[in-house]
Amino acid sequence: MSTDKPAEQSRPEKPKTSPGRRKFLSGMAGAAGCGCLMALGVGVYSHQASALAALALRPPGALPEAEFLAACTRCGLCVRDCPPGILKLAAPGDPVPTGTPYFTARTGPCEMCPDIPCIRNCPTGALDPKLEDINEARMGLAVLIDQETCIAFLGLRCEICHNVCPVSAEKTTADGQVERIKAITLEKRHNPRSDKHAMLLPTVHSDLCTGCGLCEKACILAESAIRVLPPALAQGRIGEHYLKGWEEKEKHGGSLIGPQQEFEVRGLEGRAYGDTRVYDGPPPRLDDLADPPDPEFFNGPAPGSEP
Amino acid sequence: MSARLPNRPGEDAIASKGWLPAHKWLLLRRVSQLGILALFMLSPWLAAWIGNGKQPGSALTDPALTNTGSLAGFQPEAALSSVSTAASTDSLWIIKGNLSSSLILDVVPLTDPYIFLQVLATGFLPAATAIIGALIVMVFYLLVGGRVFCSWVCPVNMLTDAAAWLRRRLNIKANHALPANTRYWFLGGTFIAAALTGTLAMEWINPVSITHRGLFFGMGAGLWILVAVFLYDLLVASRGWCGHLCPMGAFYSLLGKTALLRVAAPRRDACDDCMDCFAVCPEPQVIRPALKKMGQDSPVILDSRCTNCGRCIDVCSKQVFRLTHRFDQRSSS
Repeated sequence: MSTDKPAEQSRPEKPKTSPGRRKFLSGMAGAAGCGCLMALGVGVYSHQASALAALALRPPGALPEAEFLAACTRCGLCVRDCPPGILKLAAPGDPVPTGTPYFTARTGPCEMCPDIPCIRNCPTGALDPKLEDINEARMGLAVLIDQETCIAFLGLRCEICHNVCPVSAEKTTADGQVERIKAITLEKRHNPRSDKHAMLLPTVHSDLCTGCGLCEKACILAESAIRVLPPALAQGRIGEHYLKGWEEKEKHGGSLIGPQQEFEVRGLEGRAYGDTRVYDGPPPRLDDLADPPDPEFFNGPAPGSEP
Repeated sequence: MSARLPNRPGEDAIASKGWLPAHKWLLLRRVSQLGILALFMLSPWLAAWIGNGKQPGSALTDPALTNTGSLAGFQPEAALSSVSTAASTDSLWIIKGNLSSSLILDVVPLTDPYIFLQVLATGFLPAATAIIGALIVMVFYLLVGGRVFCSWVCPVNMLTDAAAWLRRRLNIKANHALPANTRYWFLGGTFIAAALTGTLAMEWINPVSITHRGLFFGMGAGLWILVAVFLYDLLVASRGWCGHLCPMGAFYSLLGKTALLRVAAPRRDACDDCMDCFAVCPEPQVIRPALKKMGQDSPVILDSRCTNCGRCIDVCSKQVFRLTHRFDQRSSS
């Protein structure tokens, strides 16, 4: 038994020199080739399987998806710390990168615990500990995705998505009053079908919606008409070069293109130039307004004055 | 080579020492492996038991893991009460998370250093908790031997041990193992893959983390990865995964280069060349230098690929081997 030798050494010896070195080099090349090939496979596969299904939502405070996939160790501490137990770790085969935490709004929405326990123990910061107010979370954005089936649009009163919305944010109204509103409000519209009823249409406010998904869970339809989508899917984006004239005018404190020729418009006599706003009742005369608009706002500085 | 190895190693040891001493280290390892799984599993079970005041049906499927109730008609009070229940059950977690990252008694963080380095490779600098956790684990394995992870902690080891056992019993000789150094190249490649893709690429298929995660969080199609590893080890390559490919094993072997805890062969002159130790050893090449003085005089198995599993100690009827420290030069010859 002590004469036992590895099979390679029992081969007939070649006359060339340094067979040991050759064997070492070819063995190393083989190992390198196999190892790199496997790593390549892993890289390609992971790259291809990085897509997150549209209906899978990340826990509150999750870094942007690309960063999240780098930071998350797939340990499941957030899942363990989720009181309602809605978070899951993706198993191989799920349409979510393997091992990463997610939830599905329709089956288990985020209940927006005020102390955000899921973030507390995240070891790497993949769930950003800087998120301290759950109302600042942006897990997704609710979109009333189908107006053909939403029964509010059919003229019935439903309101459940509005009712369950847990967001309560302060908003200053046009007349300076502070009121609390939800991320989904009901907007009154005329019902053109019956021509005598109102429709109360659920309307999502993107600046308030946390993407918790309670509305999607609560929707009474067989398939929810309101869905929480990743913001990138739900929202458009204006090109960087695009400027809104009225905002620029506000910033500048007046017209950017100097005084403009005024033309009297029939029916708008006496009103500041450009003021075409619709008022309830007869439009107030310019002289009657308690706080009349600065004519320069619409017309630019008066000729001859300091610029 | 395998043809000459006994396919029922350890029978002499059982005859001379008795069954229990001939399986001492194997049993201890199984206790360790299953015990670690139990600690991760026990906590949700306990939490549910005490939290609900009743015993759950199964720790895997039940409690704390499943949705607590209907959410139709959201009630803030219900949500708050579920929050406070969770707070009271928090303290029952002995260890939570999984082998990738965990938290002992809600205080001590642990993070797998291999996964930690993959995170670094993507260019993301993790928070302090992960850094501390990775350091704790790294120091531990630096001392006890990197691949102690493989034989005492890793759940896949039980699967590949089973494949190796069955391979011996069925006398399967076909062996198309890749070069044993493949794992080190693969290891390096996984870091490059992480850097290039910006994700922990290996974690998509890593059987070790998939198994451990799967046991507590749902296995899904990960089961097939395990079946593949088992069949590969059984039919294609002897110790093919753990001994040739696994980048995690490669990483821990590098980590254990200078480990203090080692197996040695102090009574090597008593060796009767029965080959039992070679037959059971998951890395048979590591034994020869110490046992047969091939290229070294020390009786200590210094090769960092040795997993300190102690199975050679079990199956040796001549009591050649023992677990000792790196600097133990006692030797009968």
